[in-house]
Amino acid sequence: MPVSYYFALSAILFTIGALGVLIRRNAIVIFMSIELMLNAANLSFVAFSQLHDTLRGQVLVFFVITVAAAEVAVGLALIVTIFKTKQSINVDVLNELKQ
Amino acid sequence: MFLSEAAASGPTFFYLVPLVVFIPLIGLLTNIIFGKWMGEKAIGWIASLATGLTFLVAVLLGVSLLNHPEQVIVPLVDWISIGELQVQWAFQVDTLSVTMMLVVAGVGTLIHIYSIRYMHEDVRFNGDPGRFKRFFVFMNLFIVTMMVLVSANSYLMLFVGWEGVGLCSYLLIGFWFEKGKDGTGNAQAAKKAFVTNRIGDFGLMIAIFIMFWAFGSLNFDQVFAQSSQAAETVILAITLLMLVGVAGKSAQIPLYVWLPDAMAGPTPVSALIHAATMVTAGVYLITRSYPLYNSAQQVQYIVAMVGGITALLAATIAVGQFDIKKILAYSTISQLGFMVAAVGIGAYAAGMFHLVTHAFFKALLFLGAGSVILGVEHGHHHLEHEGKGENGGEHFDPQDIRNMGGLRTRMKTTFWVYLIGTLALVGIFPFAGFWSKDEILLEEQILDPPVYWILIITVFLTAFYMGRQVLMVFFGKPRSEATAHAKDNPPSITVPLIVLAFFSAVAGILNLPRLHSFTEWLEHTVKSIHPVEFNFLAAVVASIIAISGLFFAWLVYSWRYKKLQELPPAQRPDDPLRQWLGPIFTGMENKWWVDELYWAVILNPYIKLSRFLAEVIDWRFWHDWFHNSVIVRGYNSLARFLSGPFDLGFIDGIANGLASVTVRFAGSLRKVQTGYVRNYALMVLLGVVVIIGYLILR
Repeated sequence: MPVSYYFALSAILFTIGALGVLIRRNAIVIFMSIELMLNAANLSFVAFSQLHDTLRGQVLVFFVITVAAAEVAVGLALIVTIFKTKQSINVDVLNELKQ
Repeated sequence: MFLSEAAASGPTFFYLVPLVVFIPLIGLLTNIIFGKWMGEKAIGWIASLATGLTFLVAVLLGVSLLNHPEQVIVPLVDWISIGELQVQWAFQVDTLSVTMMLVVAGVGTLIHIYSIRYMHEDVRFNGDPGRFKRFFVFMNLFIVTMMVLVSANSYLMLFVGWEGVGLCSYLLIGFWFEKGKDGTGNAQAAKKAFVTNRIGDFGLMIAIFIMFWAFGSLNFDQVFAQSSQAAETVILAITLLMLVGVAGKSAQIPLYVWLPDAMAGPTPVSALIHAATMVTAGVYLITRSYPLYNSAQQVQYIVAMVGGITALLAATIAVGQFDIKKILAYSTISQLGFMVAAVGIGAYAAGMFHLVTHAFFKALLFLGAGSVILGVEHGHHHLEHEGKGENGGEHFDPQDIRNMGGLRTRMKTTFWVYLIGTLALVGIFPFAGFWSKDEILLEEQILDPPVYWILIITVFLTAFYMGRQVLMVFFGKPRSEATAHAKDNPPSITVPLIVLAFFSAVAGILNLPRLHSFTEWLEHTVKSIHPVEFNFLAAVVASIIAISGLFFAWLVYSWRYKKLQELPPAQRPDDPLRQWLGPIFTGMENKWWVDELYWAVILNPYIKLSRFLAEVIDWRFWHDWFHNSVIVRGYNSLARFLSGPFDLGFIDGIANGLASVTVRFAGSLRKVQTGYVRNYALMVLLGVVVIIGYLILR
């Protein structure tokens, strides 16, 4: 199976993630879409690692996973707090910057 | 020549010359500072001592000049040093300046001594004894400035002294400034003297400016050295303008009018400043500037003519005066005319000789007149004391010769010295005036016959008015109670008179015919003079004319006057001449209306012009119209324009415009900020796409 398939899949995943972030209003869903984009990037890293026959891409993936885990922790905490104050996790409610 | 080279033969004291200025200066400072704690005697004697020591220094200088007759310059300090102009305060010691110093300090000392007693009486008569000190301070100041004038070695320093004596003259004429006609008479007289002198000084000043412009120096020696190469017009301008200065200071036509009014000052002042010394400064100036005048013949004729006409005019006025001091004042003007006429034709020795002898006899006459006035005042006071005020308490003029008469027996010493002074002035052999006047007449006869004839008439008139004065004052019967009770003055008054009378009698030996000692003495400085041989015929002619003048005076004022006295007072004219000459006498009495003429021709138009300038040009045009209308209104409208259209419209417009543009721009930018997270995310995405696209496609 050629490497380009992985890249295509990675691109599709990233696009889906990006669209999800842009289109969806539920904070949890946006969060999952971000995870999707991160994993699309991870997939590219691994694919490039395979292509160039080096381990550097795979090392970077571990970093990304670690950061993503930390990010999830922070993000979920934010969402909980937002829900507590706004009684909703609809991101369109969070438009106070405009005022 | 400088000091180091001067030790030729015999002792010389040239280095002492600054003392002629500083001794009287110390005298006046002493009187200013310590005067309050000193009595009148001490103040007077300090002032007299200062002047006396100055005279001693002048004598030492004269002795030095006998051994070493060439001029010596003693520099004191650098005064002005600006670019080309280098003026030192240096003293010029030569036979001319020392002659003046001897006269000023010598006569000055005698007058100071006389003043101690005179002013003692005068300050009490005028009711302010506190002014005694001030008088002597001014007198010493006069000696200081006069010495600066005569010892100067440059025209600038001379001018300092020239102005200084003018100031002292002003201060002393106005010594009783609150007295006189309408309470301002004396102040007016002082002002008149000052302003008239200022006109003359203006001429002298312009002459000095031209001199500096033409020669680049004001030093006597340097100016004279260059004068021979100078353009004729320059010399002409300098000498003519200098003549204006001389006319002011030495009371010549047309500026003589201040001197008669100057008699408002105390009598010693009239004697020292307005007869013996200051007024002769003009004669000194011309003599000092002889190289300039010698190279301007036309001006010399003008100078001689001015002198001659002044002499004649003043003599005619003197005939019609009744104030004892006014007669002497016009006589002084007349005699100054003689001197100016002499120096005008280049007879500098004759002019200076007459200056010296005149200083003696005119000082004597003035002091004698002062003595007479004191005597009459005494008589007046004596009467008032006994409650016999005459004329029902009317104002009594102690100077009017119509109130006098018969003082010969009551004031013996004064009479005799006055007679000597009169004979000297008239020019009777062998008194001083005979020799000096004869020398002037002799030179005029040779060099300038028209002026000679004018002066001969003046000699007659001089004899006549002096004879009239002496006869009216000292002979006949007393014409007022005050005169009848007059008594002679104490020795402090009469001794200076006797000394002056002695010199008036014998000063002729200074320049006797054949000896010409004074001419030779002066020749060391004034190189162009030569002794003129005595002409027996000319002397006899002059003497006969003088004696006939005296005879006529006797005829009119003794013989005719006695007859007139027998008439009842209502029909009796105050002067026999009034009957005979009629309107001419009125003219002489009223000084030929010269003052009135000046008022009509110069002063009134001038005052009108000043008033016009002040009221119309300055006040109405400049102040009311130009300042209030043009400047203020213009400024207001400019300010209004700047604050309204310009500041509010233009400047504020820029600021407000910028602000509203910013506000509008910001308003449109605000729409971008929706506050929706998605929007920002989309922007981020688009941004990333653009950047990556750029990175890939570049």
